[in-house]
Amino acid sequence: MKTPAKTSLIDASRLMIEGTVQAGGQVFVGYPITPANLLYAYSCQRFPMALPVPDEISALQLMSGFSVAGKLPVTATSFPGLALMTESIGMAFMMELPMVIMLVQRMGPSTGTATCGAQGDVGLIGNINSGGYPVPTLCPSSFEDCFTLSARAVEVAVKLRTPVFVLTSKEMIMTLKSFDLSMIDSFEPVEREWYKGSEPYVPYLPGGNGVPGFLPVGSSEHQVRFTASTHDSKAALQHSTEEALGNTKRLRTKMEQNLPEYSYYDYEKEDSDTLLFSYGISAAAAREAAKTLRKKGRAVSMLIAKTLFPVLPEYLEIANSYSRVVVAEENLSGQYREILFGRNGREGVSGVNCIGRMITPAEIVEEVSR
Amino acid sequence: MSGVYLSTENQPFCRGCGHSLMGRAIEKALCNSKSLKPLDVVVVTDIGCVGIIDKQFKTHTVHGLHGRSVGLATGISMGLQDPKKKIIVMIGDGGATIGLHHIIEAAHLNINMTVLVHNNMLYGMTGGQTSGLTPQGFKTPTMPEGRPDHGMDICRLVHSAGAAYARRILALGDFSDVLEEAFAVDGFSLVEAVELCPSHGVKYNPGRKLDELTESVGLSPVLLRNTDKPSHRVHSLKENSNSLLDSVPGIHASFNHNLRGTTALLLAGSAGEGVQSAAELLAKAAISCGLSVTKKGSYPVTVGVGFSLAELVFSTEEIDYTGVSNIDAALVASADGLAKSLPRIEGMTGGILFIDSSLQNPSTAAETVRNDYRKHLGPRSAALLLAAQFVRKTGFIEMEAFFKTLAESKIGRTITREKLQGALEELTD
Repeated sequence: MKTPAKTSLIDASRLMIEGTVQAGGQVFVGYPITPANLLYAYSCQRFPMALPVPDEISALQLMSGFSVAGKLPVTATSFPGLALMTESIGMAFMMELPMVIMLVQRMGPSTGTATCGAQGDVGLIGNINSGGYPVPTLCPSSFEDCFTLSARAVEVAVKLRTPVFVLTSKEMIMTLKSFDLSMIDSFEPVEREWYKGSEPYVPYLPGGNGVPGFLPVGSSEHQVRFTASTHDSKAALQHSTEEALGNTKRLRTKMEQNLPEYSYYDYEKEDSDTLLFSYGISAAAAREAAKTLRKKGRAVSMLIAKTLFPVLPEYLEIANSYSRVVVAEENLSGQYREILFGRNGREGVSGVNCIGRMITPAEIVEEVSR
Repeated sequence: MSGVYLSTENQPFCRGCGHSLMGRAIEKALCNSKSLKPLDVVVVTDIGCVGIIDKQFKTHTVHGLHGRSVGLATGISMGLQDPKKKIIVMIGDGGATIGLHHIIEAAHLNINMTVLVHNNMLYGMTGGQTSGLTPQGFKTPTMPEGRPDHGMDICRLVHSAGAAYARRILALGDFSDVLEEAFAVDGFSLVEAVELCPSHGVKYNPGRKLDELTESVGLSPVLLRNTDKPSHRVHSLKENSNSLLDSVPGIHASFNHNLRGTTALLLAGSAGEGVQSAAELLAKAAISCGLSVTKKGSYPVTVGVGFSLAELVFSTEEIDYTGVSNIDAALVASADGLAKSLPRIEGMTGGILFIDSSLQNPSTAAETVRNDYRKHLGPRSAALLLAAQFVRKTGFIEMEAFFKTLAESKIGRTITREKLQGALEELTD
């Protein structure tokens, strides 16, 4: 085992902001909210520009303006802030604006308990767009992930021209931990390519990967247009022309088409009939439970999802090869389990769920052993 | 006709609508602004009748959400950081109502942009509902008797907020000279053009003329300036800020520990009494002995009052799962801390409890050690003293590691090693 080069007592908020900036995040637009405040604080130290705004609607609008101007904006919030941002997230999605939104889950409903962690916004995030168009969502399940997936979020935002969520929770990013910083790679800023053709720029003309080339407003060579309403490739408002509907449908297919490049998950396959499935803060409990079960001689496979949305087809392919699937997540109804298996579930599928505290490895062991 | 900036033929508005006059005035004013070309201009629009004009502009255009165009334009203005680019927002009185906050903020910061408020005194697109800018007495389909109270005066609002330029005009004839003046302002300028909606306003206020109507409700033309406020300038982007990973100190494992497996500790006290910093110090000391550590804080949202709890886990193995179910030790410095942690202390099936003598003994199976922790170094250092005694009594890490970490910490400036040692000598294990 290599000697740790540099062990420090750190929180993962630090890693998330560092990863985002290294990958090319340029402007942090902040409105305070617990438990996302550490992200705001670190951003003020690290981002090339960090701005306060008077509310979360303004946050998303300013971010969209920055994005339109060719900058890469980032914000961090929790559910109450997300609720205000939602209409504007749809706008940024429709305009195809790169940006990163870090969502730190806390216990709801409503203002709930600001200082209590949760995984209760998963269902909401999965369906945040009217019409069901998925916003790419990455979900760190460890300190390393907090760094790497935050950087990847910037990459996805730029490459797919879209807002991207990094979905985490209070316990993941506020807990201090001894951590070997030599475990962390570094990232180069994602290269941004502006349209350079001699033909007039067509803002929503998709390239081969379904993603239109980007050009900020203010270009001296080409007219640039962005539109939140249903539009054709030239960003002209349309009611429901074939071209405009095609453009709208493309917003879904561009995500699915490029999914293989952004499919992040850990899969430990064992000779077992049981799959342990988890994500985010509950993933560590699942990993501990798997260790315990294996020590006891009970083989169990494990899948830790990190790309939550769009839902990777691999998740169901893998899950369906097991007669038993136990899904651990810190919400009451098993939100991701429902997304995967439907409200009626599937025979052999069960959940380990709770609110107000972290799921324990013992609870998972008990459910698997049942 | 097709202009330089705007294809003004067949404007998409009802016959007789003031929005068309605005289109023509923008074309003329921009043509007269000699330093500008179409691609120097960014037109930001939103939802409402006025917004549908954007596809006729030959400039850059951004078409966003109802009332949010000024917020969007603020980001564009800050993002471009180019005073040669002209940002024009076209918004209705409905949009100005729902997005008033953005307008006030942009005016307050004196952001470089011109906001054109097309105030036809109602929501035209959705059926003529009363808006925040509908004046008193003006009749709308939703208030056919006339609005009983006053509408907002957007010019005076933005002027109070700090706008460089605010001007109200009546949308009659050619007012391109006013727009030209507004476009030339360094900072935030707003022109409110009062119009009569031909579909709803005229129908519900028959026979009324714009000049008579606006005068009677106090919406007469006005020009308001703030000349003493500089326009907003974004600080240039910081280059080469230090990595957040470089700025955090590394801790070398230069001491020894005596721990087997994992142990969890709860430090409980009152907010403002150094619980979290004592816990952090203990965590760092343990890392300097080669242990893995996690530390969580728990306190009310008010931060400065009530309980303050810290959970620490120490392990010889790397810690992945950071939850704590059962604690092996509890260190209680105050009544707030005891009240909050009582169920967990009562649930202890063994281990050790250190508790201040001023507090009642909880019913617990843990070995209990009582001392006057709050007295020896004062209440604000009771948590530190408890942590130090925990190290001394359990010997799970070297005492020297604790003292060295103390000396390197902020607390060490006021509580020296000697002071702490002196206090420790007063305690019974």
